[in-house]
Parts: sequence; structure tokens; C-alpha cells
Amino acid sequence: MDWTYWLFGTLRWSDFPPKPDLIATFAASLVILAPIAVAVILTVTKRWKWIWNEWLTSLDHKKIGVMYCVLAAAMLVRALIEAGLMRTQQAMANVGSPVIGADHFGELFSTHGTIMIFFVVMPFISGLINFVMPLQIGARDLTFPFLNAASLWLTAAGAMIVNASLVVGKFSTGGWSGYPPFTELAFSPGEGVNYWIWALTLTGIGTTLTGINFAVTLYKERAPGMHLMRMPLFCWTALSTSILMIFALPPLTVATAMLALDRYAGFHFFTNGAGGNMMLYANLFWLFGHPEVYILILPAFGVWSEVISTFSGKKLYGYTSLVVATISIAVLSFTVWLHHFFTMGQSADVNAIFGIATMLIGIPTGVKVYDWLLTMYRGRIRFTPPLLFAVTFLFCFVVGGLTGVLLANAPVDFAVHNSLFLVAHFHNMLIPGTLFALIAGYMYWFPKVFGFRLDERWGTISWFLWSGGFLLAFMPLYALGLMGAMRRTSMFTDPQYTPYLMIALGGAGMILAGLAALGVQLFVSIRRREQLAVPVGDPWDGHSLEWWSPAPPPEWNFARIPQVDGTEAFTAMKRDGQPYVPDPENYEDICLPANTGIPVMIGVAGFVCAFALTWYIWWLAIVSLVAMWALVVLRSWQGEPMQTFPAELVRKHTEEWLERARAATPVDRFAENAPANRGLAEPIR
Amino acid sequence: MSSDKKLHPGINIQHTDPKAHLEAEPIMFGFWIFLMSDLVLFTLLLATYGAMSVHGIAGGPTPGQITDLTSAGIETALLLASSFTFALASIALKYDDNQRALKRWLIVTELLGAAFIGMEIKDFVTLAGKGQVPQVSGFLSAHYALLGTHMLHVASAIVWMVMIWPQMKVPRLKKLVRLRIMRLALFWHMLDVVWVAIVTFVFLFGAST
Amino acid sequence: MTRARGATILLGAASLLSLSGCAQWPAQGLFAAAGPAADLQRQQFLIVTALVALVIVPLFIGLPWVLWRYRLRGGRGDYRPDWDFSRTMEFLIWGIPVVIVAVLGVVLWHSTHKADPYRPLAASDQPPIVVQAVALDWKWLFIYPDQGVASVGQLVVPAGREVALSITADGPMASLIVPRLGGQIYAMAGMTTQLHLLTNRNGDYRGMNTQYTGTGFDQQHFTYRAVGPAQFSAWIARARSGPALDAARYDQLAKPSKLAKPMLFGAPAPHLFELIIAKYHAEGDTLASLPPPGVMTTAKGMGAH
Repeated sequence: MDWTYWLFGTLRWSDFPPKPDLIATFAASLVILAPIAVAVILTVTKRWKWIWNEWLTSLDHKKIGVMYCVLAAAMLVRALIEAGLMRTQQAMANVGSPVIGADHFGELFSTHGTIMIFFVVMPFISGLINFVMPLQIGARDLTFPFLNAASLWLTAAGAMIVNASLVVGKFSTGGWSGYPPFTELAFSPGEGVNYWIWALTLTGIGTTLTGINFAVTLYKERAPGMHLMRMPLFCWTALSTSILMIFALPPLTVATAMLALDRYAGFHFFTNGAGGNMMLYANLFWLFGHPEVYILILPAFGVWSEVISTFSGKKLYGYTSLVVATISIAVLSFTVWLHHFFTMGQSADVNAIFGIATMLIGIPTGVKVYDWLLTMYRGRIRFTPPLLFAVTFLFCFVVGGLTGVLLANAPVDFAVHNSLFLVAHFHNMLIPGTLFALIAGYMYWFPKVFGFRLDERWGTISWFLWSGGFLLAFMPLYALGLMGAMRRTSMFTDPQYTPYLMIALGGAGMILAGLAALGVQLFVSIRRREQLAVPVGDPWDGHSLEWWSPAPPPEWNFARIPQVDGTEAFTAMKRDGQPYVPDPENYEDICLPANTGIPVMIGVAGFVCAFALTWYIWWLAIVSLVAMWALVVLRSWQGEPMQTFPAELVRKHTEEWLERARAATPVDRFAENAPANRGLAEPIR
Repeated sequence: MSSDKKLHPGINIQHTDPKAHLEAEPIMFGFWIFLMSDLVLFTLLLATYGAMSVHGIAGGPTPGQITDLTSAGIETALLLASSFTFALASIALKYDDNQRALKRWLIVTELLGAAFIGMEIKDFVTLAGKGQVPQVSGFLSAHYALLGTHMLHVASAIVWMVMIWPQMKVPRLKKLVRLRIMRLALFWHMLDVVWVAIVTFVFLFGAST
Repeated sequence: MTRARGATILLGAASLLSLSGCAQWPAQGLFAAAGPAADLQRQQFLIVTALVALVIVPLFIGLPWVLWRYRLRGGRGDYRPDWDFSRTMEFLIWGIPVVIVAVLGVVLWHSTHKADPYRPLAASDQPPIVVQAVALDWKWLFIYPDQGVASVGQLVVPAGREVALSITADGPMASLIVPRLGGQIYAMAGMTTQLHLLTNRNGDYRGMNTQYTGTGFDQQHFTYRAVGPAQFSAWIARARSGPALDAARYDQLAKPSKLAKPMLFGAPAPHLFELIIAKYHAEGDTLASLPPPGVMTTAKGMGAH
């Protein structure tokens, strides 16, 4: 061993840009230039201190939530561009002019899947729950604010590891599921799979801790009278998702750790031969992977419940049945993992049992769809962008449900497993189901977070592009799958496929335009923020407690913790009492955790450790691992420092808000979209 | 939490209005949940071990050939004794405000834990000396991974205890340190429970084949 | 109402798309089924779709109706903001899916057993042709133990004769399918899976690997060629005159490469298939289909990678 190995592991100059192909070089330069651009902007506007003090070191659940969403949005851009590139490649290659090589294509589908699941949807969900859930249950923060920040920065470190692979070396070509033996050293030497393993490890740890944090908060921090069966449905789905996170992430950690032992230390868990068995991996991975699907979809169901009920101006239909359905789905999700490999040669009995278990999930899911339809029934439906997304969701989701039941049927699965039909199916669930919910939730809660509404016209344009783009991009894939087109194929050579691939390419373009429309919407809304401001905080005539606070809410969320007497606590307040009546007796000093830079530093150390492990730079891995734990120990010496918001400050802030509420004109739902809407709602009569 | 009345909270999801709770409740509850997550990890390692001990032999040693019941017996005795001494430490923490008893029992616990780890390392060295390293077969991979993970847990618990040690003198941290020792106790006892499972499935089953 | 117009356009586009999809329905996949296994799959596809439609269609009708009737501007339906429960509706929305899933469950139980790839299709009174398939990077090797020949990239069988495939891999996991005839099933190193295929119609059918195994994966195709009995005999004779597939030549073949054109071999090494599996096992391994001990020892001589 020479000194370069001791110092740099397997990392060499040749692993750095320029890359052999133009697109990869462009991507690498983007990854390098984007942080430089951000740094320059921060320097020019003299915002370094601001971003450090107000954001990076904050333990405020609202700010952590926003940072999660920013991370998700940035990664979404990357993953969608990659998707567009894949569609382009398949469409163009089929007519004889491929744009990228097979190896690059392998990296693309692997990063696209890994990023969308672990670094777009998961952080977005964590972000929304972080922001909304404590407000909905009438709490001032999560139970473990420090842990919350640490989870965020570990997740961010994982995302950065995936991004680092654009610049230094290559990413795995083993797909998001990383099936061995292909991902073993024998077939995938080099750093690619290592990047994948350590990115997942970082975010896996972060997510497990997040799950614990959410669950404890939901069990222990609810306002007086906020019984479990009075929680908004979003909180129920958050609870179910956290429980899934707690129990489903360990299998992933075990599977990736074993794969790492195989690759790094010559163990034989999943190797060909020497007693290794990849079937073990398939079981472990999907024992995680299937509940994971519901980690992704359940909070989305929560968002839909809130959005549909609010924009129908009506109480949620069938609260109890929705709660029961949510929990049934969460429990059943642990019993169906085998349907991901009906084709592994187990007996028909086993396949049939798991097929039936899978279809059972269809029951509560179907119930939910009809609960939402009945929520709209006898309502007054406003076609705002979030509701439009919900409509697309309902139409498309049942189609995805149909193809899901088809795939639960082993004979049908034999025919379409691993095909584009399967790809179309899970995109059909995850795009209208989850991604649209996240966009709808973003538009729905944005006014609460930043104090102004998002431009509705651009929201509608974006909805049209996303919905149309989705249908065009994925309906042809169903057909292609039935025509024998398989997933992860870099190059088809069947002229029959051409029209379908071209339509799908058009759809992908439309989705990218939808993403751009979201950007324009944000830009336009920021420019019009005075007109769109809703300082009183209730722009949609909301039902739950998060709307009973100024927009944006103060650090302490509520000047006094509310007393809850039933479901839809804020509706009850608006109906019975006066939500904006001052309560001069009840102000007290409020203690919240003080800012700390330790979580960010843990994230940085985690990133360095993962990077060092990827490239076998052992000394650096050890140093950064020790650094991570040293930071934790350092924190343990600090004894949880708090910051105090004096009663006088709270009083002043609250009274200003109440004053604004008294001064504002209540608007009815017809004027919801007008500048007159300052966030004081007059219910429909 | 007043210093003379120390409730040891379990899973209690009724009466959830926060004012009715002691400050300790959510922290301990959170740790219980963490332990559940950690137990899932061990369950999966045990399941892997179960599969590998049948299908992963690959011409290498079988469970019966590597089982050393004497060693396992001593290790079990050490770990069970350490759990007992930690329980004594917990009682000292709860009823005596004097830290001498607490410290004494913690030191004993730590030494027993260290002895346990020493025994396990000796076992690994013996196995490796016979060429029975994890690279030989899937079964040995699973064996080392399962026992190694448990050992790593015990080692980290010991490190944790060492880290708490100097903090016990700091009055400012008193309340936090109490909570940390309570959590460490839960962690330590859980590792004992896991060890009992390991003894049953690894050593006793191994010896019976 | 721009939004309403948007919705109309969207729905129009969707239905047009699905129509155009139906117009030139695929010639290579499930809906061009040419054998009993794929026929069963297609039939299941249609049954499940029809049954699930019972849940979906009401939503497709009900949702536009509700959206129209209860819209804020001009909606005629009565407004009952506190209406949140109906025993009848609850009974229906839980009951109907339960009944449908129960029916589907019964259908699924039978069809899953009927479509078990390990089960002979039993549509013919002739004994099946035994073929052993090996997934290599990136081609398919087919060994005909009874005829004593082997081929790469081509599976030639008499039409009307059932093929009993035993499948393994010598490399990463792959998956074998002939979309118009049946499948798929995984091919895993050191293990055997089974698949039965049958067609009565002469012709070429595309077969492939569906599981990503690296850069050559999308070219890991083969042709399932169903021919008349005379042609089959002629093909066997031609194959027999090909070079022998001994251990050295096999090791050469097993190296990752893309197949330029199908290859034929006479005289595959005895127990070649078992030897390929045995490479990944030691003697004493608990695996039912492991070859006899003598063969196991020979296996160690073959280059493993």
C-alpha cells in the first residue's frame, strides 16, 4: 500500500471533472456552481450572519420544516431533470439517436429513484409535518427540538452525498432498491454503490429519529382536551407514518449495513456463493420498502383530507372511518412485502396469501377515496389550485389502485413485473398521490408560513401542466409495459414503441413546464406579497388550530395553549366564541430552546464520514465519526440552554395581531382570492 | 420533577394533557420508542442468523462446531450480574440522594460489562484463530454480525456511562444526568434481554445440533 | 371559468390517449398472448379490471357530478357544512370493497395456483421438452440435456410441445420472460427456478431478461422459435454438428459480453447445468436440487467469478 491510498483511499484525480460526456460535465458544474452562487449572493447581500442565526442554527420546528422543504425542492429539480433526460434517451434511442450511454442511464434511474424517495418526498413530508403538526395539536415545539435539527442535517448530508457523486466519481447503477448480487463487489466495483449505501444510511438514521420525535410529540404534547380522536386527520396520518418510520427503517439499515459488510469486509450475506443469498436481501429490503410506500402516501392522505374539507367549506366526512382506514393501512403495510417478488419461485400458496393481503389494503384505501368524495358532497367547492390537484388525484389514484390490484394478482404480475407497466403504476400512485399532495399542501399552508398567499393563476397553470404532463408521461407507459417494454432499459429497438415514447417525452416536458410554473408562481407571489398578505392568518376559513395564529406565527406559536373541546377546534372557536378576543390575564414568560450550531456540524461531519467511507479514506472516516460523537457529548455538557420570550413581548406581539384582526374586514369565500382577503374569514352561510 | 419523588414512567398514553405530566415522561417515552426500533434491528439480525445457520453453512463450520457453552455461560453470568448491579444503582438513584452508592454500583456494572466484552473478544479471537472468520460463510457472517452488533451496543453503553461520569459532579446538569442514567438503565436492561435471546437461539440451539 | 375549461381539455386528452392506445393494441405483449400461460394472465387481467371497475366507475361518475352540483359559484346542491356521517354510506363504502375483494380473493387463489410456473401446463399428452436455461452477462444459454445440444440466444422447440425450463444464473440475478407465452421468473445463481411454456402456433416470440444486470442488460434477448417437428429435428442435427460446449468454452461464454448472433453447440459438458449451480455451493449444503457429490467436486475446477 502506498501513501496515496493511506491518504486518499481510492480517490484519484481522474475521478474529478471533466467528465467524459457533456451532460455529466454540465451537471457537475451545476453542482459546483450552485453553492458558489448562493455563497456570492449571501456575501453581497451581507446575509451570512442572518442565515446562520435565523435558519441554520434554529431549533424552531417551523424553520426546520421550511428548511426540509427547501432541501426537497432543490432535489426535486435535479430528479425531474434526470427523469426528463431518461425520457429523452428512451424516445430518441428508439429512433436511432441515443443521447447518453448505457452506464450513464444506469446512474440516472438509480439517482432519480433514490432522490425522489429519500430526498424529495421524505424530507418534504418531514417538513410539512414539522411545520404543521405542532400547530395543529396546540404545541409550542416538538418534544426533542435538538434531535429534530440533527435529523434535518443528517438528511441534508445524505442528499449532499448523492450530489457529490455528480462531481466526484460515479453513482450506483443498481436502482433505488440496490438489489444484490448486482450491487456486490463482484459486479459493481468502485464507489457507486458505496455512495448509495452511505446516503441511505445517513437519511435512514435521520428518518428513524424523526419518526420517534413525531410520535412522542403526538402522544405527549397535545393541548388540553386534544384527545387522539379529536386530532386533525393530518396528525393521524403523521402518527401512522412516524410509527412506520420507527419500525420500517431498521430493516433498511440492516440490509444496507450487511451489504456494506459484504463489500467492505468480505462477508457473505448476499454474495453469490459461500452461503450468501440475495433472497435474504429481497426480504429485508421490502420489509422496509413496502411500509416505506405508506410512509410516503399516508401524510399525503392527511393533506388531502385537510385540503378537500377546507375547500369544500365542510366538515370532513367519516372522521372515524378515515382514522380506522389509516391505521389499517399502516398495519397491513407490514404484511405484504412479498408481492415485490412474486417471481422468485416460492409456492403458489405463499404468493396467493400475500396477493390477498395486498388486495386487503385496497379496502381501506377505497374507503378513503369515497370519504373524500362524500366530504365534497353537500359542500361548497372552491376550485383553488390545491383542490384542483385533489381532483386530479382522485381521478388518477383510482386508476393506480386498479393497476395495483392487478399487480397483486400473481399471474398478472408474472407478465408485467419489472416492466414499464409497473413503473407507470408506482408513478401513478406517487405522483398524483404523494407529489400532488405535497404541492397542494405547499400552496395550502404557504400563507401560514410566510404570511402571503400564492398567486392563484399561476397555481392553476401549474396544476394544468402537472396533471396533463402526468397523464401524457405515464399512461403510455402502461401500454408499453403491456407491449413487453421493460424498465431500466436504456435503449429500445422497436418502432412500435415510438409513438408511445414520444407522447411520454412530451408529458415529461409538460411536467418540467409545470415545475417551472411553480417557480414563476413563487416569484410572482413574492413580488405581489403586499396584495396577497394575510397577516391575520386564516385565509381559507380553516378548521384546525394552525389557522388560529398570525401568519407567520411567532416562535412560540401560541401565546396561551388553547383548550380543545372537540374536533375541528378552530371552527368551534369561530362558531362559539371569539377567537380574536384578547385575554389580558394570561401572558407568561415562554421558554424555548436556544439556537445551536451543533446539529449543522453533526451534519457536516456525517457528510465527511460518508464521503470518506465511500472512497475508503479510513483516517478521515474515523476522525469525522469521532467528531460526530464529540459534538453529541459537547451538547450533553451544555444542559439544553433555553431562550426566554418575556411575557411583555408575547403580550405586545399578540395584541398587535388581535388589533390587526379587529381592523381587518372579514371576507367570504367568494372574495377569498381578492386582495381584500387579509386572513380573516367569514364563513359561508 | 421534584428530587424526592421520582416516577419511573412506562408507556402511558392516557391522560395526555401535557400539564399533567412530569417533565421526564416524554423523554423516557421517547427512549422506549427508540428501544423498540433498536429491538427490530436485533430481531432482523436474529432472523438472518436463523436463516443463515441452516442455509448459509457453505462447507464451513456449523453452529454446533463453534458453540462454546462454557464461555457463553460466563458471559451470561457477567451480563445478568451487571443488570442486577445496574438495578441497585437505579435504586440508589431513586432513594438515596447520596451519589456514593450510585457511583459504586455503576462502577461495578461497568467492570462487569467490560469483562463481558473481554470474554466476547476472546471468543472471536479463538474462532478467528481456527480460521473461522466471517469471510468463510454466510453463517459465520451472520454470527459475527449478530454478536458484533450486540457487543458494539454494550461497548457504546459503557462509553456513555464514562461520559456521564464527570457530569455527575455538575449541579447544573443534575436533573439531566438523572434522566440520562435512567435511560442508560433501560438501554442496559434491553441489551440483557437481547442477550437472553441470543443465548437461546445461538448458543443453546447451537449446542443442541 | 378557465379552470372548468382546463379540466375539460384534460379529460378529453386523457380519453383520446386511451382510445389511441386501444386502436393499435400491442403485438408483442400480454394482449397478443399465444399460449395457455399468457392466456390465463390476460384473462386474469380482464377479470380483475372488470371487478375493480365496480368501485372505480361510481367515482368517475360521482366526482364530476359532485364537483358540478356543489361548486361555490352557482352550485345548486344544498349546503350542509356539518354533515359528516351516514350509516348507509358507511355501510356501502366499506361493504362493497369488502365484497369485491372477497370475490377477487377467491379468483386470485385459484388463478395463482393454476398459473404456478412450476406446474406443467398439461395441455399436451406428449412429455415436455426439458431445457435448462442459464442467465449469463448478457445472454441466455439453453441446454437441451435430452438432445445433447445447447444454444445461446435462441430457444427452438416444436410447436405444441410444452417446454419445461429449469433456470439458474451464473452472475447477477436475472429474470426470464417470453411476454406472449408466459413467465416471468427469476434466475438466481446457485438456485433453480422453473417455468413452463407452450404455444401451438409456429413463429418467433421475443424472450428477454427483465432484471437490470448492467450495461448490456437491454440486449439480453432471445428468440423463442416454435417450429414443426421436422424442422426441430433438423435444428437438433445442425446443433449437434456444432462445437462442443466444454468447460473452457463455457468459461469463455460466461464472461460479460453482448451476443452478436445466436450460437449453437453440440455436446454440452455432462451435468453442465448442475455444475453451474454447484459452483456456488460446498458439499453438505442443504439444497434439494444439488448434484451428486462427484459432480460437486468437479465443479470446483470450473472458473468461478
